[in-house]
This record gives sequence, structure tokens and C-alpha cells, in this order.
Amino acid sequence: MNNVFVYCEIEGQTVADVSLELLTKGRKLANTLGVQLECICAGSKLDGVEKQVLPFGVDKVHVFDAEGLFPYTSNPHTALVVNLFNEEKPQICLLGATVIGRDLGPRVSSALFSGLTADCTELEIGDFDMNVKNENGEMEKKHYVNQLYQIRPAFGGNIVATIVNPEHRPQMATVREGVMKKEVLDPNYKGEVIRHDVAKYVPETEYVVKVLDRHIEKAKHNLKGAAIVVAGGYGMGSKEGFDMLFDLAKELHAEVGASRAAVDAGFVDHDRQIGQTGVTVRPKVYIACGISGQIQHIAGMQDAGIIISINSDPNAPINTIADYVINGTVEEVVPKLIKYYKKNSK
Amino acid sequence: MSLKIVVLAKQVPDTRNVGPDAMTPEGTVNRAALPAVFNPEDLNALEQALRLKEQFPGSTISVLTMGLPKSAEVIREALYRGADQGYVVTDRPLGGADTLATSYTLSQAIKKIGDYDIILGGRQAIDGDTAQVGPQIAEKLGLTQVTYAEEILSLDPEKKKIVVKRHIDGGVETVEAPLPLVVTVNGSAAPCRPRNAKRLMKYKNATIAAERTPEQAEALAPVLEKKPYLNITQWGAADIDADPAQIGKAGSPTNVKAVQNIVFKAKESRTMTGSDDEIDTLIQELLNEKIIG
Ligand SMILES: Cc1cc2nc3c(=O)[nH]c(=O)nc-3n(C[C@H](O)[C@H](O)[C@H](O)COP(=O)(O)OP(=O)(O)OC[C@H]3O[C@@H](n4cnc5c(N)ncnc54)[C@H](O)[C@@H]3O)c2cc1C
Repeated sequence: MNNVFVYCEIEGQTVADVSLELLTKGRKLANTLGVQLECICAGSKLDGVEKQVLPFGVDKVHVFDAEGLFPYTSNPHTALVVNLFNEEKPQICLLGATVIGRDLGPRVSSALFSGLTADCTELEIGDFDMNVKNENGEMEKKHYVNQLYQIRPAFGGNIVATIVNPEHRPQMATVREGVMKKEVLDPNYKGEVIRHDVAKYVPETEYVVKVLDRHIEKAKHNLKGAAIVVAGGYGMGSKEGFDMLFDLAKELHAEVGASRAAVDAGFVDHDRQIGQTGVTVRPKVYIACGISGQIQHIAGMQDAGIIISINSDPNAPINTIADYVINGTVEEVVPKLIKYYKKNSK
Repeated sequence: MSLKIVVLAKQVPDTRNVGPDAMTPEGTVNRAALPAVFNPEDLNALEQALRLKEQFPGSTISVLTMGLPKSAEVIREALYRGADQGYVVTDRPLGGADTLATSYTLSQAIKKIGDYDIILGGRQAIDGDTAQVGPQIAEKLGLTQVTYAEEILSLDPEKKKIVVKRHIDGGVETVEAPLPLVVTVNGSAAPCRPRNAKRLMKYKNATIAAERTPEQAEALAPVLEKKPYLNITQWGAADIDADPAQIGKAGSPTNVKAVQNIVFKAKESRTMTGSDDEIDTLIQELLNEKIIG
């Protein structure tokens, strides 16, 4: 009861990295709260799946193994999570901010009337005071201990909001892949494994959506793991502007990333978006070209080793966190980077 | 066979164009200085609705929004592009809603609209990127959902089935789902067709009650008898039988504890102009220090 839960996403038989990252975070939160860490593994043919999750310090693995649970569809997974939570009454539930997590999380939160915060960049435990009405209808200050602080950039400038859900459980949050760090706690960690009778949690009538066809392609790029990232923003001006960045990236063996403004403008594919609602990167070198550096973007690249900013505006916010600031236009500077890299790397 | 289609639309501040004029000296955004726009992915959803209407003549598209009275702008825009009618849910007590209170309110309005075969909306709104409202509405109405839709491939009104191509992490899948349901549409789906000039003329003076001055309301009354379409339906919390405990701030489990201004820790940096010499030296340094290979 009152434990920390992580919903583990499973592709075939493999638990997703984002779920393992959340187990690592969940373990720390559970330690702070003095409770246990539990997780849900739902899919089909999941024999031995616990071996993938126990090393992250899971005390209890709930396995739901049945034919219709893979590929994921909304209703059966919602049913099993909601019914399990009605029994277990967790205080916290973490999910990946993936297509699946963003499909499942809101459905579960609606069914349980619990708050859900999307795309958190930090999770902490702390106290909270709020004025609430007492029995006599008077306002009274109420002190809530050990609340989950769900921290995320907010729209409206360089501001970060801390969200709490004092009156409702579980406190639910989604987090993007790569935001939290994945760390094995103990390869031999001992936890309990419970194989549930799926039919008890998921009525037959929930299997309403049929997956007719499914293609998973190999990722076209390795932005997440790249040692050098060349990122372009709205200041690149066009798709053609981005060609220049692909050229530079090719020379440097780098990957190309982008701001949301560049993605929205259609300069480059959405899967290259870096930031709070995109990919989080931690490269050795980050070259920001025509990016102003709004908080949502910075959230996805602030741990880069060396940051080089090329911007025509000397006061662009990103310049404050850059190691090298080049005041100039991308049209002028990027070709020079290519030229002098070619010259000097020979 | 005709369909009853509901499209969810939101008016959002244009977060993509936060120009210098919208920035205050403290580095925060003056929302009022931002243009309000039709949430982009809701337009993708409207296009899917319009395609269904073409395929199944006699279908009707109702557009539903919740917001300030001025959010009637998105209804007009949808009417210009081919929607049949609109509903604006606007009321003081609805303010301060998080996604759960919003989806409750919208689901109550959908119940009031009544008959529907499919509810379409954008995957997410650009002022929050949460993607929560669609699935929450589906849950509240007891419907299934298909999120991240790229295209409705087919719909069989007799068998009450729809086939949708949707985006998943690292790929695509095709699913078959029963009607009625909620479908949320991705920005990568077909863009929305432009306004139709005739429809623009027809609907440009359509308003909700809250947008009219008493004089305008008086002048409009006789006109509405002949042109009822100039009245866009406006509902308050009571009209949709909303439980006061589930709307606005009261119906929102999430609370903002604090909002903090972030001051970036300034690094010691080197500033240069981008002359040939400077770039040449920079590259040499980065190579010598093995920062780049
Ligand atoms: C809910 C939400 C989630 C978001 N998530 C993300 C996210 O994950 N990632 C993200 O990036 N953003 C995100 N954003 C958007 C973010 O707030 C900013 O709008 C966006 O990062 C700005 O992109 P930009 O810096 O490319 O564009 P702009 O802010 O328009 O900046 C363009 C920059 O280019 C410079 N420039 C112009 N011309 C030239 C030239 N010729 N040469 C050199 N420099 C030039 C300008 O001086 C300026 O600094 C989100 C916003 C919201 C509301």
C-alpha cells in the first residue's frame, strides 16, 4: 500500500530504457519516502521479464502476461492499471512520456480522478501548504508532508513550475526518455514477482481495438547518443538552411538536432526536436545555430559539455550558458566552420 | 449513411511566434501581446472531419471549444472551412481548470450535443503539449480512443468500424476500432483546407451571445429568425449540468505550488565576431584539445 509504482513499457519482450530510467528515479523517491518500489510489466510471452527490472531495485514486479496485451492498446492496459491501483492504492505512479505513456496516463488519471503532470524534468519530495475549507466552512491552512514535486518548464518565459496534487492519489507524472539517468542498483536485487490472472483485471469486452499492421523502423539517427550535436533553430530560416547544418554535421561526425520553432516551421523532422517535449541530449559539444535558448529548449541540452552559440543577436539567452559565443549570422559563420574544419583536420 | 462528427478545438496563444515585443524586461512573456490562434493540430483534426463529410454526404460537423468568449473566433474559422455548427462553453467558474477539469467540462458538453459517431481533436495543444484532454474525454464518455492518428483509412458506418493509421514510437501502425470513439490527430496528418469565400461571407457575423453589446443583440434578434446560423451556441456550466466540484480550480487535482524564474548560471565565455581568423583559431583549439575529432 502507498508505494511508488512505475508502469514499464515493453516492446516485444524488452523493457524500454525510459522505464528503466524511471525505476532508477522511483527507487530514490521510494527511499526518501521509506516505502517500496513496485512496477507493472504487461504484455505477452513475458517469461523472465523480471530479470530486466529487478536490478534497478524493484521490490515487487506485477506481471500481466496474456495474448491480447501486446501490441499495446488503450483499453486493456487502462483496465489492468486502474484495477490494480484500486487494490494497491499507490501514492506515486510514473510513466514514460512516450506515445504509449501519453495514451495510457491520461486515461488512468481520468478513471482514478488523480492529477497527471506531463513531461516533468525533475521529480522531488517535499512539503506543501494550502488553504482549504474546514468543516465549519472557514479557510484553514493545511500542511501536507512528503508530496511529489512535479517540476516542468512553464510557458511564459524562463519560468519553471512546481506542481503538486495534495488531495488525490496516485500522484502521476510522465517523463521523457533520457531526462532521468538509468543506474543498476544491485544485479542480484531480490524482489517479489507476482503473475496476475489477467482475466480478473481485464474483462474480455475491453479488447476492442485490433492492431492490423505494425512497422517499427530502425532509428534514422542517433541524436540521443551523439557526441557532437549541431542544432538549428528558427534562425536557420529554411529547410535549405538546414542542409548547411547536415553538411557541417557530416564533417564533424555529429547529429543534427533542432528547436521546436524550427520543427514547427517544417525545416526538419519532428524526431530531431531537442528539449522538454523532445529529445534530451548530453553531448560533448553542442553547436546551437540560430537558437534563442528558451527554457523548454535549454531543458533538453543544458548538460552538454561545451556549448557554442552562433546567433546574430548578442543578447540571445542561450549565450549566457554558452562557452563560445559567435556573434554573426549562420549564413556567414556555418560555412566557415566547415571550411576551417576541413583545413585543420587534415 | 451520414455521420455525426464532433471536432474539439482550442484557441491558444501563438507560442511559436514569441517576438521581442511580447517579452517583458523581466524575461517573462506577456500573453496578452501574443496573437491567439487555432491550435494547429486541431486544424488537422478538422480536415479529417471534412474528408469524412465528403465521403458520407449529409454528415454534420459540430465544433466544440471551451475558453473565453473570444474563443468563438475558432468556431467561426471552422465554419469558414466547412463545419456546420459550433458550441462555445464559457463561464467564470470554469477558469483555472487543469486537463482533468477541462476534459470533464468538454465531456459534459459532448453529452449535451448528444448524438455522435466520432469525436476528433488535435493530439495536443501548443501551450501545454500535454496530449491529455483527448484520452481523458474518451475515458469519461466510456469510449475507446486512437491517439496520434495520421490518417483515417476507412470507415464503415454499417459495421461501425474505423481503420486508422497512427504514429507510434519508432514507426507506424494500423488499427481497427469500433465507433463511436475519440481520435486525436497528429500534426503530420494532412493540413486543413483553406477558408471558403462563400462560407466566409455567410458566417463572418456569426457570434455567441457574450460577444454582443445589448444594442447589437437587439438589432440581431429579428435577423436571427431568418438566419439562425448567425447565432453560435453558448453554454455555461449550468447548461451542461456540470458538477461544480468537477470544474475549474475545484475539479483540478493538480495545484501549482510555485513558479520560479530561472536565472541561467552564466558561464565564463569567449565572445567572437565570426571573422575568418577567429573561426580558424577556434577550430584549431577544439581540435588540439580533442574536443572535436
Ligand atoms: C509546452 C511547450 C513545450 C515546448 N517544448 C519545446 C522543446 O521541446 N524544444 C524547443 O526547442 N522548444 C520548445 N518549446 C518552444 C520554446 O518555448 C521556443 O519557442 C523555441 O525553443 C524557440 O525556438 P528558436 O530558438 O529556434 O526560435 P526563436 O526564439 O525564434 O529564435 C531564433 C533565434 O535565431 C536568431 N537568428 C535569426 N536569424 C539569424 C541568422 N541569420 N543568423 C544567426 N542567428 C539568427 C535570433 O536572434 C533568435 O535568437 C515549447 C514551448 C511550449 C509552450
